[in-house]
Amino acid sequence: MPKSDSKPSSFQEIILRLQAYWAEKGCAIMQPYDMEVGAGTFHPATTLRSLGSRPWAAAYVQPSRRPTDGRYGENPNRLQHYYQYQVLIKPSPPNLQNLYLGSLAAIGIDMDLHDIRFVEDDWESPTLGAWGLGWEVWCDGMEVSQFTYFQQVGGHDCHPVSGELTYGLERLAMYVLGVDHVMDMPYNSPDAPIALKYGDVFKQTEEEYARWNFDVANTEVLLRHFVEAEAECEAILAQVHDDPKTGKRIIMAHPAYDQCIKASHIFNLLDARGVISVTERQAYIGRVRALAKQCADAFVLTEAGGYAA
Amino acid sequence: MPDLLIELFSEEIPARMQVRAADDLKKRVTDGLVEAGLTYAHAQSMSTPRRLTLAIEGLLAHSPTVREERKGPKVGAPDKAIEGFLRGAGLTRDQLEERDTPKGAVYFAVIEKAGRPATDIISEVLETTIRNFPWPKSMRWGAGNLRWVRPLHSILCLLSDEAGQTVIPMDVDGITSTDTTEGHRFMGTGRFAVTGFEDYAAKLKRDHVILDPIERADMIWADAQNLAFAQGLELVEDRGLLAEVAGLVEWPVALMGDIAEDFLNLPPEVLQTSMKEHQKFFSVKNPKTGRIEKFITVANRETADNGVTILAGNQKVLFARLSDAKFFWENDIRVAETGGQAWLDSLNNVTFHNKLGSQGERIDRIVALARDLSAITGSDADLCEKAARWAKSDLSSEMVYEFPELQGLMGRYYAAPAGFPAEVADAAQDHYSPLGPSDDVPTAPVSVAVALADKLDTLTGFWAIDEKPTGSKDPFALRRAALGVIRLVLENNLRMPLDRQFDAQLLRHEAAQNGNDSVSTALLQDLENEIADHGVFGAAIRTVLDAFDGDLPEHMEELKNRLPDTSRDLLSFFHDRLKVFLRDQGVRHDVIDACIAMDGSDDLTLLVKRARALQEFMSSEDGENLLQGFKRANNILAQAEEQDGVEYSFGADPKYAENDAERALFAVIEAQAPVIEAAVEVEDFGAAMAGMAEMRAPVDAFFEAVQVNTDNQVVRRNRLNLLSAIRKICAGVADFTLIEG
Repeated sequence: MPKSDSKPSSFQEIILRLQAYWAEKGCAIMQPYDMEVGAGTFHPATTLRSLGSRPWAAAYVQPSRRPTDGRYGENPNRLQHYYQYQVLIKPSPPNLQNLYLGSLAAIGIDMDLHDIRFVEDDWESPTLGAWGLGWEVWCDGMEVSQFTYFQQVGGHDCHPVSGELTYGLERLAMYVLGVDHVMDMPYNSPDAPIALKYGDVFKQTEEEYARWNFDVANTEVLLRHFVEAEAECEAILAQVHDDPKTGKRIIMAHPAYDQCIKASHIFNLLDARGVISVTERQAYIGRVRALAKQCADAFVLTEAGGYAA
Repeated sequence: MPDLLIELFSEEIPARMQVRAADDLKKRVTDGLVEAGLTYAHAQSMSTPRRLTLAIEGLLAHSPTVREERKGPKVGAPDKAIEGFLRGAGLTRDQLEERDTPKGAVYFAVIEKAGRPATDIISEVLETTIRNFPWPKSMRWGAGNLRWVRPLHSILCLLSDEAGQTVIPMDVDGITSTDTTEGHRFMGTGRFAVTGFEDYAAKLKRDHVILDPIERADMIWADAQNLAFAQGLELVEDRGLLAEVAGLVEWPVALMGDIAEDFLNLPPEVLQTSMKEHQKFFSVKNPKTGRIEKFITVANRETADNGVTILAGNQKVLFARLSDAKFFWENDIRVAETGGQAWLDSLNNVTFHNKLGSQGERIDRIVALARDLSAITGSDADLCEKAARWAKSDLSSEMVYEFPELQGLMGRYYAAPAGFPAEVADAAQDHYSPLGPSDDVPTAPVSVAVALADKLDTLTGFWAIDEKPTGSKDPFALRRAALGVIRLVLENNLRMPLDRQFDAQLLRHEAAQNGNDSVSTALLQDLENEIADHGVFGAAIRTVLDAFDGDLPEHMEELKNRLPDTSRDLLSFFHDRLKVFLRDQGVRHDVIDACIAMDGSDDLTLLVKRARALQEFMSSEDGENLLQGFKRANNILAQAEEQDGVEYSFGADPKYAENDAERALFAVIEAQAPVIEAAVEVEDFGAAMAGMAEMRAPVDAFFEAVQVNTDNQVVRRNRLNLLSAIRKICAGVADFTLIEG
């Protein structure tokens, strides 16, 4: 088993160590996707790149938004905006479990003192039409990561299979740093000239967004945006593959997928506003899934999706 | 004879699948070996989170040679026939034998299947097993196509005897067999080779793996009990959790921790459920306070600090979890204190079933039926209404959203803050009962009314939309619901005509689904009122239609035919369930049939009373003999009636009696008929059967001494009429024609 490193002292140090670790293991370190998403899985570096035959290895931080989880920054563990660390390797290497355990050691979890367990937890994303088998990883009874072997994404069988790791960064960091309330967690080094806590950075925004998400967001505008994003996604994909201007074959899978992401996030906002009934809920999820599926269909026709002319 | 050791080593297998998978491995491999001619003395399979292991002792080293003879065509038969035979046998013509038979010379093929070495057979069987393993869910990984529950890493396949051991060579999609395995993920020493099962088990233990799940469960249970006992506490038994936890660890270490004071006042069921569902903790109770005060977690390893770090981490997680539970509890109490209307409102938006409407609509129907049932159960109608309305409200609570298994129980806890009396609280929890055949049946009148209304609404609803159980498929647990109704009725000795409740509730479903025009709505409402007066649909609809002036909406016409059929079909479903229920209690099916055929068979209490008395009577000598007497009388009558074209039903006169046996039968019938009839009238079936028993000797004596079909027509008719009196008496008790014997 890997020997653990010294204890980190801040939230950002944990992120930096994960970045260094996975870079060292050969992953391309990506930057966060520049759109609002509910989880790191939505980043095209995961959703789209898990499709097709081309090998891929990426790791990145992804800011994630879950409007319904907002608690005005008062709940010790719940946030409407938080960070996920995401690793995707295709094909999944045979030593992925050990690589993962190495990453825990790298952020200072001592394997000799803690109890790490792989507990069955199959993953499914109804909005992405995706599922996989795997575990939630427990450290002393706390879920610190999701570990999934993707079997299907956007309705396509994954071949080869990607191994996906998702770390809930705040929760993991709170555990490693021994902090009970997320807002009390050191964001940068406590010894820095200007030491900042997580609350200094995010307490106010949690309040602002919670108010907006729950009570102010204009639902009529959101409903309209949903429909528009849906229409735009379909319109993009309806274009002929050969670009009349350049004469090149350009399938716009990524721009279409942006609209799918947008629709998904708007749906989450509408859900938080409480304007979606139980029966409608399924219908909305189905509509986003239909978009995701069409984007996946388009991506596998592109070069990055393994298409060979 | 050699022994075989197989280990399939993978990434973590879900706990719930391990035991079944070990059984499947054993079954599939041993079946395959035996089919190929390799018998064995003993086989045993085991599992840990990372491995399935099969150890077989006393396996044949070779499958035996098998000789088979096949008779072929005659010598001189057409070439085509001979060639066909050769193809089937896999031989050439010079290998055939010619033998003389009484029908001339015939070709015989002697096919010898040589035995094969165990090695070849094992590798084939194991590969087939791996490729076709019945995992509930399986997956691919990497770039390969092999499927397993999680990535499969190594195959150990070792045949050993006194002379030594050999690895049976295999290659399954690039995984080649070896004689090596690994111990504990964190406490082990890496890969090592083994020489056979004993060596394997010993080395695994050295590397901190207990191979046998039962041994792990026993260890956990013993350690946990010791921890609790040492502090004067009690471990709360939970076999399901124990089995699951034993599937999560290879080297179990039990650790006991505290539940923070803040949470000790949460309902114990909430503590227990939260700890079990999320954390797989056992609950530890203080027998002095009756509260759950500590937990036990099972780690997968020993540590230098004796688990201090692990326990502290678990405690912290528990704190967060219970903070959530406390948050839900406090929010729910706040809603309850306003009367809980917000919950009921939100149930209007929750679909129960897409053809049966929302939970809110369902509650309205249950309320109506519970009111109908209040008189029968001896409870107050308004109280039943309150209880029925409250019973499902907790489905909207935060706690039940988080822990669905706490439904009902939370309704009980929240009833008092919502201002409801104890009866309503009890009904909230108890109306789901009985769930299983050995569950307690509620007895409090309000709980009984709501429990019946809930189940009857479900049953009539699914009957109304024609979603009945078929074969092994019963997705809505309708058999269980019917058995629940049966037990509620019988164990509370309720007298209720099920017909009437079926009809009323089917109509309510009808109104919900089809009452979309004002005429229908009004008619359905009238019908419901009429059912309250008339009891059943048939009489009610006649009254309503007689009063109706104008064209009936189409679906009302159709309803006239459909609803009685649906109702009858549901009753016969109940009778089938009742037969199963009573058969388990030793009541013969034909005895039940004889009682179901009687009027009022929708009154289950009456039906069962009759059936039990009849069962007892039929088990006596008197009963058995009287049945024979009845059958004889019935046969004679049936023949005579067919022949004469009349029904013999009354008018037997003792003055035509010719001998003492005949007179004695007249006497006993005259004496017992009113006794039996009166006993049946007051449902004293024991007394009725005793009266029947009185008749047995005279009936026997009559058939002994008297020839019914005599030449004297007056006497014959008189005797036939006398027999009809027996038939009539019996028919008043049960339909004896349906009893076998």
